[in-house]
Amino acid sequence: MHALSDIDLDIREGEFVALIGPSGCGKTTLMRVIADLEKISAGNVLVNGVTPHEARLARAYGYVFQSPALFPWRTVLGNVTLPLQIQGYARLESKTIALDHLARVGLTGFESKYPWQLSGGMQQRVSIARALSFEPRILMMDEPFGALDEITRDRLNEQLQQLWQRERRTVVFVTHSIAEAVYLATRIVVMSPRPGRIIKVIESPLPDARHLGLRDTTVFIEVAHAVREALAVGHHD
Amino acid sequence: MKPLQSAIMTDNAIKGRWAHFGRQGLPVAVMLLAVLLAWYMGTVVLNAPGAIERVLPQDGSWRWQDLLAVTMEMQRPVLPAPHQVLLDFWSGMVDWPLDSPRNLLYHVAVTAESTLWGFVMGTVLGLFLSVCIVHSRTLDRALLPWIVASQSVPVLAIAPIVLVILGSLGFAGVAPKAVIAMYLCFFPVTVAMVQGLRSPQRIETEMLHTYAATRWQALWLLRLPAALPFLFPALRVGIAAGLVGAMVAELPTGAQAGLGARLLTGSYYGNTVQIWSALVMSALLGLALTTAVAGVERLVLRHRSQA
Repeated sequence: MHALSDIDLDIREGEFVALIGPSGCGKTTLMRVIADLEKISAGNVLVNGVTPHEARLARAYGYVFQSPALFPWRTVLGNVTLPLQIQGYARLESKTIALDHLARVGLTGFESKYPWQLSGGMQQRVSIARALSFEPRILMMDEPFGALDEITRDRLNEQLQQLWQRERRTVVFVTHSIAEAVYLATRIVVMSPRPGRIIKVIESPLPDARHLGLRDTTVFIEVAHAVREALAVGHHD
Repeated sequence: MKPLQSAIMTDNAIKGRWAHFGRQGLPVAVMLLAVLLAWYMGTVVLNAPGAIERVLPQDGSWRWQDLLAVTMEMQRPVLPAPHQVLLDFWSGMVDWPLDSPRNLLYHVAVTAESTLWGFVMGTVLGLFLSVCIVHSRTLDRALLPWIVASQSVPVLAIAPIVLVILGSLGFAGVAPKAVIAMYLCFFPVTVAMVQGLRSPQRIETEMLHTYAATRWQALWLLRLPAALPFLFPALRVGIAAGLVGAMVAELPTGAQAGLGARLLTGSYYGNTVQIWSALVMSALLGLALTTAVAGVERLVLRHRSQA
């Protein structure tokens, strides 16, 4: 039994791609393959034109995990500078960069706090700032807001949208929330389990600039409906 | 308004202090009193036969008050009374210059020196071994059984061998004692650090993987800081074990200096009071050493959450 089978997907630069599907459909596995955290038995994956392994060594992507995974012994600033420290940036330079990225996720003034002094949503924003600190061309997010309450989640979705608007980085986003996928993504990849495969790829007709109010429009509801249909098809197969 | 407020505050502060004493201090004080009482009773019971035989008049013309008084002030009691120990302890510290072998503090310094050297060497050895074990499966399987087996050999059997071998190589004084202290010290450090270095979650190691961090970076930035909460309890155990090792090492050296030597000369000459004051001193030294380690621990881990 393979975790993934017959995956053929082309992610374009500057796209926001959401991978959605029930648990066990291999959406996380697919992203972990792209990130060189998992090996594949057969097939070909290219990231920025090179293998995932080479892309990882070239620091092509930032990865945001399901939990923030902040180091409790480092301050917020120390956590964001961690990848920069590993990549050999000078101390002062990495501090300037990290402060800038903390400002971009709205955490100015929290740099000398320790992770346990922050709420769950703020911790995940720190981990986003950390993933972006070395300006990777690709941002991969594995259900980053799954553990948060819905109100916090909405706000973070909005901020993430604005962040993507400003920087137009390629984003691969794993989720099992239809609303989240439709709100964020320019392309939604619907997956199905046993074996993990792609059921349908939906190009979002929504405008690139988005706000939470869009969720009540007919277009939004139609896209969400299409995603739900595709998930149901995958389920009955 | 101001003075009244501050008066109330001091009043509350005093009340608070008394309440604090009631909660924390009182049980300790009661316990201490009970121990002292039991000790005095033990002094009377254990010393009575010797007192009747050697000190009191043989014709039996003594009252129980005489017996009581004599058991408290014997020259070589089976169990010295607490105040005898305290007096000897005090005069052992103030009656002679600090560099005199008759001064207790001189012996404390000698023992503390070898304990600390052994502690430092044991900690370094433990850290080195644990890093090797964590980074190599072969070393894990090759080293760990030997490390565990090393601790099943009693230190009393090892100490003379180490002293003889190092002595024949020209090492005398601190070095052999520090080696024996190290022998007891490195074990808890190794075991705790192996566990601590392996404590990071998978997600944390994968995160460093995505940054393409080297092994050494992962060790320095993740594994070592994550292992610190495991290390400090081991250091507290280790420094206490190191003190035991240093004192054991002082027993067969011809008894020149150190708390262990002091214990030995005390028992040579049947000077039980001296044995007890050396014992109290070594307990205090052990307490001071572990407290110092605990202080460093609080300082280093002060920013970690309690949750």
